Amino acid sequence: MAESKQTHFVRTEMLQPSPPPLREAGVVRWLRENLFSGWFNTILTLFGLAVIWLLVSSALPWWLNGVWTAGSLGECREIIAKTAGEGASGACWAVVRERWHQFIFGFYPVDLWWRPVLAFCLLFAAMGPVLFAGQKRKLLILLGAVGATIVILVTLAASAVPNEVPGQTDAPFVWKLALALSLLTIGAMMALTAAGSGRLLWFTGLFPALCFWLLWGGPIWVPLGALFGFVLLAAVYSALLKRAGPGMAAGLGLIVALVWWLFIDAPVTVALNNAIPFGLTSVQSDEFGGFLLAITIGVTAITFSLPVGILLALGRQSDMLIVKTLCVGFIEFIRGVPLITLLFTASLLLQYFLPPGTNFDIILRVIILVTLFAAAYLAEVIRGGLAALPRGQYEAADALGLDYWQAQRFIILPQALKVSIPAIVSTFIGLFKDTTLVAFVGLMDPLKGVTQIVRADIDWKGIYWEPYIFVGAIFFVICFGMSRYSMYLEQKLKTDHR
Amino acid sequence: MALAHDAPKESFRLSMLIYDTRYRAITIQVFVLILVAAFFAWLLNNTIENLAIRGKEFNYGFLWQRAGYDIGQQLIPYTNDSTHFRALLIGLLNTLAVAVLGCIFATLLGVLIGVLRLSKNWLVSRLMTVYVEVFRNVPVLLWILLAYVVLSEVTPSPRDFKAAEGVEPAASMVLGGTVAITNRGTNIPAPLVDHSLGGFEIGGIPVNFTVLAFIAVMIASFWANARILTAARLKQEATGDRPTTWWKSLLVLFAPIIALSLVLGLHWDIPALAGFNFKGGILVAHSFTALLVALTLYTSAFIAEIVRAGILAISKGQSEAAFALGLRPGRTMQLVILPQALRVIIPPLISQYLNITKNTSLGIAVSYLDLRGTLGGISLNQTGRELECMLLMMAIYLTLSLTISTVMNFYNKSVQLKVR
Amino acid sequence: MKTTYLLGAIAAATMVAGAASAQATLEAVKARGELICGSNTGLTGFGAPDANGNWAGFDVDLCRAVAAAVLGDATKVKFVPTTGETRFTALQSGEVDVLIRNSTWTASRDSELALDFVAVNYYDGQGFMVKKDLGVSSAKELDGATVCIQTGTTTELNLADFFKQNNITYQPVTIADDAEGQRQYLAGACDAYTTDASGLAASRATLPDAENHIILPEIISKEPLGPVVRHGDNNWGDIVRWTYYSLLIAEEKGITKANVEEVAASTNDEEVKRLLGLSGDMAVKFGLDNDAFKRAILAGGNYGEIFATNIGEGTSINLARGLNALWTQGGLQYAPPFR
Repeated sequence: MAESKQTHFVRTEMLQPSPPPLREAGVVRWLRENLFSGWFNTILTLFGLAVIWLLVSSALPWWLNGVWTAGSLGECREIIAKTAGEGASGACWAVVRERWHQFIFGFYPVDLWWRPVLAFCLLFAAMGPVLFAGQKRKLLILLGAVGATIVILVTLAASAVPNEVPGQTDAPFVWKLALALSLLTIGAMMALTAAGSGRLLWFTGLFPALCFWLLWGGPIWVPLGALFGFVLLAAVYSALLKRAGPGMAAGLGLIVALVWWLFIDAPVTVALNNAIPFGLTSVQSDEFGGFLLAITIGVTAITFSLPVGILLALGRQSDMLIVKTLCVGFIEFIRGVPLITLLFTASLLLQYFLPPGTNFDIILRVIILVTLFAAAYLAEVIRGGLAALPRGQYEAADALGLDYWQAQRFIILPQALKVSIPAIVSTFIGLFKDTTLVAFVGLMDPLKGVTQIVRADIDWKGIYWEPYIFVGAIFFVICFGMSRYSMYLEQKLKTDHR
Repeated sequence: MALAHDAPKESFRLSMLIYDTRYRAITIQVFVLILVAAFFAWLLNNTIENLAIRGKEFNYGFLWQRAGYDIGQQLIPYTNDSTHFRALLIGLLNTLAVAVLGCIFATLLGVLIGVLRLSKNWLVSRLMTVYVEVFRNVPVLLWILLAYVVLSEVTPSPRDFKAAEGVEPAASMVLGGTVAITNRGTNIPAPLVDHSLGGFEIGGIPVNFTVLAFIAVMIASFWANARILTAARLKQEATGDRPTTWWKSLLVLFAPIIALSLVLGLHWDIPALAGFNFKGGILVAHSFTALLVALTLYTSAFIAEIVRAGILAISKGQSEAAFALGLRPGRTMQLVILPQALRVIIPPLISQYLNITKNTSLGIAVSYLDLRGTLGGISLNQTGRELECMLLMMAIYLTLSLTISTVMNFYNKSVQLKVR
Repeated sequence: MKTTYLLGAIAAATMVAGAASAQATLEAVKARGELICGSNTGLTGFGAPDANGNWAGFDVDLCRAVAAAVLGDATKVKFVPTTGETRFTALQSGEVDVLIRNSTWTASRDSELALDFVAVNYYDGQGFMVKKDLGVSSAKELDGATVCIQTGTTTELNLADFFKQNNITYQPVTIADDAEGQRQYLAGACDAYTTDASGLAASRATLPDAENHIILPEIISKEPLGPVVRHGDNNWGDIVRWTYYSLLIAEEKGITKANVEEVAASTNDEEVKRLLGLSGDMAVKFGLDNDAFKRAILAGGNYGEIFATNIGEGTSINLARGLNALWTQGGLQYAPPFR
């Protein structure tokens, strides 16, 4: 009985906390909160599931039955019928495997593929100092990666040459020499970065000429002659800066450079080339095609449209009535007409507007028109950035005694450009996507031009999903990458507190 | 006695044109003006020279000659005996048709997707993100080409609709047997009236009194409905009681239009298979549908982002304040969030509308005969007058764009915050 | 009014300078060292690039013959693909030296477009292709049919005229190029596909089930296809014309790519001697080397050989000579005497 007196219950140890009710924990809770929190949400979820099911069930067999090795669409269909049964649908990726080089390079000569590949890799090395200004570690990583990629890709591209290419033009040592030189350059850039020097921008400045030379080939004196014009400009500018002020100095420098480019450059180049003939095999513009063409047009237009766009935006904000009117007129005209009409202007009308007998490269004509097109859109974007700056910034710059160009360079533009970065990048993305429209003036863009050639081939007649998906996927990767980068940049540069 | 002296009058020197900020602006402007004028004179001179070499003249007379070609989709009557100018009008109307419908559909879809992307539903918001990213980051040309190919390859041919002896037809019409989607196009029912009110023509453009009557009745109904609602609101503000209006609204909105239909004997001309093709109704070509669908999908992704950004731009405090005032979520959206978000949404929306209008010119990829296809395509090609055609086409597109942006900017001004 | 007058005066003043520069196509080509030839964007058999970008075809071989005659090297040709819409402007603007791209010779193109058609290298006509199970045996039974048609060509004008004359209706489906037209036709987006009969035959030949498609008997138009040059440069036009005729004469005289040297050594025919540059200075009068036309024949063979390798019977296009046989064999191909 003694035990029965012990009526008090004293817990000696704590109970394990019991698990929450099933519907309030783990997966179930997450599901309930995120997918089935009400009748409306449930309907939405079910609807979403139905859409996914529809997409997957209709496309999955097609993907799974994909054929990678076949010589023609008919062969593809036979293989699919054999492996997956009669009437099964399947992708014929063999077309991508057989014709990928046309989608990437167009008709660029096989033995010269290493040149665009090298130019493309060096593009990143040239962009590095701009994109990662002041971030030593990231820049080093990028340069290292570019160096490694160059070795791999250029070797791959150069070894893609079939042995018996008729009229093989560049001796094999040329690409090896170029490879060594570019690795040396990358190495030097890395050393400079490690030493903390800001002189890397020199490479960025030289890159356009280098890229042009690599892509089109020809005597080295052509890009050097063009560069010399800029050297003249810089020389005249710095010589006159003290005496005549920045505006006058720049104007005179420009005149001297123009005189060089228009009248002296060509004979000097010819003479030099006769004296010391040194160059790469030249490639005609009509051999460009595919993504090589899209990226060439896109990158060139992006590079040149930014300065033009900034000038137009400043002109539109200017107090000078005539300058302002001209800028507004230009911007509104370009923005008011479809790009396609401008491209037709390049291909049909430019011949009317230029002196009789002038005839220059269609790619160049298209690049000029696309640059002007993008510049007008950029000008509006940058104007937005300028307008977003508080009035006080301008007044402060004036109070400091800065003149117009100093104020723009040190106070206004850095802030205005920072604000407009997302919009600038989306303009660039739009521009890159718009490069596909050059197909309508007879150039071989990857989407319509090359696809049309491939589909005109008897072997691949009747194919449509696969080439479009292939090209679309590459466009998606590039554009999506650019937009993500702009979001990252926006986050990084965000200095205000919200 | 004057204590203050005028500053000594500086005599004007030529160098002041460059160094004196008062005059420098003028110097620069005159210089720029001369340069630009010289540039245009140069262009003009080259053009005249080139025209002379080719033995051509600059002349729009060809617009009044017989065009000689047929156009598949025509919103106003056109035959191959019509003039090139008439073909231009047809093209312009086709451009406008895609642009207007594209703007409407893209806005509806874009707003829906933008709102769903903000939804708390994990699955749906992810799906919408995928939609936006996929459609935004691939050229619109690809969507146009793909939509066209899919429409013409996947849909059944008219022959499949034919019921053979004892065999079910392979395809059937949709929407209660009124719409036939074949690989040639979409046949939709056409409204017809028994007692037409007639019409007349202004400068070759037919004006139909029947259509006008329907439009007038509809506008009157909407106006009357707005009056009823205003009266109800005034009464509510004055007395606190809101009179029931729903049946009045319904009556005002629908009764007149039904009455008019009955009086005129409205009926639908439903397409039916006859010979090679469906006859009757209206045939909507696949080039039109593909262009419209692709532009709608592509632009709606951009509009979705604009709407999302607009809603996110309104600080959370606004909706919390509205809830604190006792407003229901629907009313909060309608009275607090939306009016503010619209201010952020409208300006970028205008440029999307402009983009749709300009992107209609991509109909070239599917041979849609819009303004570029008629004036800038076949007419240009048959007459060989590229200078005239291209300049006229650019002028028309420019006018269109400027008109749209003017109208929309006017609307924008009316919703913007009034700063006093 | 005044402006027009002023512009006219300026135009007249600049005319002289312009006329001088328009004469210079031959010099321009020689200076450039390359012939720029406007070609089709891709029409199998007539002009299309292969996977490596090498152009081949019936029209392409004529371009090569001209290059061989003018520059002495049949490979010195740059082919500029032009669409139906851009071809004539490309020629007028000087972007191409000669346009050899199955283009139809019409009066308005001669007058209004200020072009010169120098010869007819293929006599063609517009026809219709339909699927056999459509149950149609004549184009006049196509009332209410949907017809696929390429824009920017004479075919759309012919089509409109034909249906109007026969008082029947049709629904046009405009397409941009031949490949697209075939795709649409095969997918059933149109009942009939209309284009030049040669193009139809070429398309039909490449179809997997060619026996299920028929080409209707009606040829609704005359389509003389030929090389085009700019108006006003007569010497250049003569060069292209006579390069073409030299190929015809070569076929007539039995001179082939293989036996040209042999014939040159053994012939007694004075016309052949003149053609091959063995006597007289016929080619020099055109501003060319005296053996220019011999080189043209060496480039791709005579007319018959070019026809046979690209589009003739036995190729995938499989066209009979028909109207394009030599006049001696009942066709229309007839070259004026070479003297």
